[in-house]
Amino acid sequence: MELTQILTLAAKEFRDRVRNRWVLAVALVFTVFSLVIAYFGGASQGQLGLRSIEFTITSLVSLVIYLIPLIALLLGFDAVVGERERGSLDLLLSLPITRLELLLGKYLGLAAALTLSTLAGFGLVALLLFKQFSWAGLYHYGGFMVSSVLLGLAFLSLAVLMSVIARERTRASGLAIALWFFFVLVFDLLLLGGLVATGGSYGGEAFAYMLLLNPADVFRILNVFSLEDVRTLYGLASIVPPALAKPWLMGSVMLAWIVVPLALARWRFKS
Amino acid sequence: MTSTIPVSNPAPESPAIQAQGVVKHYGALHAVDGIDLTVQRGEIFGLIGHNGAGKSTLFKMMLGLIAPSAGEILVDGAKVGGRDFRSARRHIGYLPENVVLYDNLTGLETLRFFARLKGAPASQCAPTLARVGLADAATRPLREYSKGMRQRLGFAQALLGAPRVLFLDEPSNGLDPQAIRDFYATLRGLRDEGVTILITSHILAELQERVDRLAIMASGKIQALGSVQALRDQMQLPLSLALRLAPADAALARQALGALNGVHCVVTEQGLRVSCPREAKMAVLGALNPLGAGLLDLNIHEPSLEDVFFGLTD
Repeated sequence: MELTQILTLAAKEFRDRVRNRWVLAVALVFTVFSLVIAYFGGASQGQLGLRSIEFTITSLVSLVIYLIPLIALLLGFDAVVGERERGSLDLLLSLPITRLELLLGKYLGLAAALTLSTLAGFGLVALLLFKQFSWAGLYHYGGFMVSSVLLGLAFLSLAVLMSVIARERTRASGLAIALWFFFVLVFDLLLLGGLVATGGSYGGEAFAYMLLLNPADVFRILNVFSLEDVRTLYGLASIVPPALAKPWLMGSVMLAWIVVPLALARWRFKS
Repeated sequence: MTSTIPVSNPAPESPAIQAQGVVKHYGALHAVDGIDLTVQRGEIFGLIGHNGAGKSTLFKMMLGLIAPSAGEILVDGAKVGGRDFRSARRHIGYLPENVVLYDNLTGLETLRFFARLKGAPASQCAPTLARVGLADAATRPLREYSKGMRQRLGFAQALLGAPRVLFLDEPSNGLDPQAIRDFYATLRGLRDEGVTILITSHILAELQERVDRLAIMASGKIQALGSVQALRDQMQLPLSLALRLAPADAALARQALGALNGVHCVVTEQGLRVSCPREAKMAVLGALNPLGAGLLDLNIHEPSLEDVFFGLTD
């Protein structure tokens, strides 16, 4: 494996996204949404402005869980199939470069763009939180930002997998949207339905472990369970066993969600 | 002299390309069905065939993009897909058919990107752009390029890294006649430097004057192989002569030519159309001699590569 090849490809992907203002646009979207949510999140309770770190994070989590997977999937679905449709994939693969290097280069470049816009987008609220609450809560907010990045990287990895599997761009975009629907909208409903249908007799613990099969749920657990105050606020506390409420464990599961789809993508990647 | 750049074993005495028993199956479909082919260094080699004849599949196997179902290919002395092949790729240039490069990059940025991936010095990019006549467009983004300019940039990309073997798939697509002439002049220059060039084209008339040897592919097999002249001889395609004659002389000529073996005449408005085996050409001309000034005009039509091609694959 040659680092030069990976970095050359990654640099191109990253620079493309900076140049076409993708990074800027996504950062702005995150900034606006996070500011609005942080300030007006409590409006229904008759309050304006930053209330608490916990409350801000909880509100942001419910935004991010929809938005970031969508953005990551849209960013990545084109990565390989786009080159294939253009006819440039054969050209790239005729160069002294392996398929793994090509995938990693593409992935890392897109990942850098997504990471930069996520950190920049949520950075402003971090600054405001720091002004108001000093270091105390910033630790948690930092955890939120890191887990948001990981969530994006996991869905980016899934997007790259779709991009390898699909033979046409339109198909890849369809698959990406379907993934979003499944993981973000359908999965929890199915799980909940299953739980209710079995009357909870099948051991809530098994269902809790099934949450690990969805990176969006892993993200939720990561954030909700790092915050003692909100644990009870979410009904999750009742079904998630304490064994899962370990940030390092959830972090590892998230890493697996990044590595496994990429490995599958390499496996499926034929000319 | 010391050098830190690892040099692959070029083994310049080995042929540029050796393919043996190459087969590619897709289920029941035999895209490439047993190809043996040797291309010498410094040859311009044409590959001709209908769509689906297996040209592109063969190209892709030679480039290591798809693995053959059976057989072995050596390019530049390295086994395709083998351990040395990665470094051999630094000296292989490829221009895919109908490739679309990156619209947001300029010509120079495009070349720099490919140069880096190929391990070619960045200092090569500007001169290579100039070589294909794009020096003035170097800093313009590709979205402003015409089709011909894009094709020339694709060619420039293939020239990076001092290639020893060039694979050009339909390279003259989108080029105007002058650009086609320039392009082939560049190819001849490269051949004189010892570069081996494999080229496919649908425009047969364009290829036949410009390749040293060619292979005609159909149904995954090489149906004919050799120089244009050798193929013509092999095919024994009749020459065709158009004679312009006064009607009275036409009858006379018809009589004289009819006595010759294998010669066929058809009376036309202008005079006669004569078809004869190549070896009877001089005899035909001799038989026309007594007509003197009665023969107003004479056109000899050599069978084109196209005739050879369709003779084989239809």
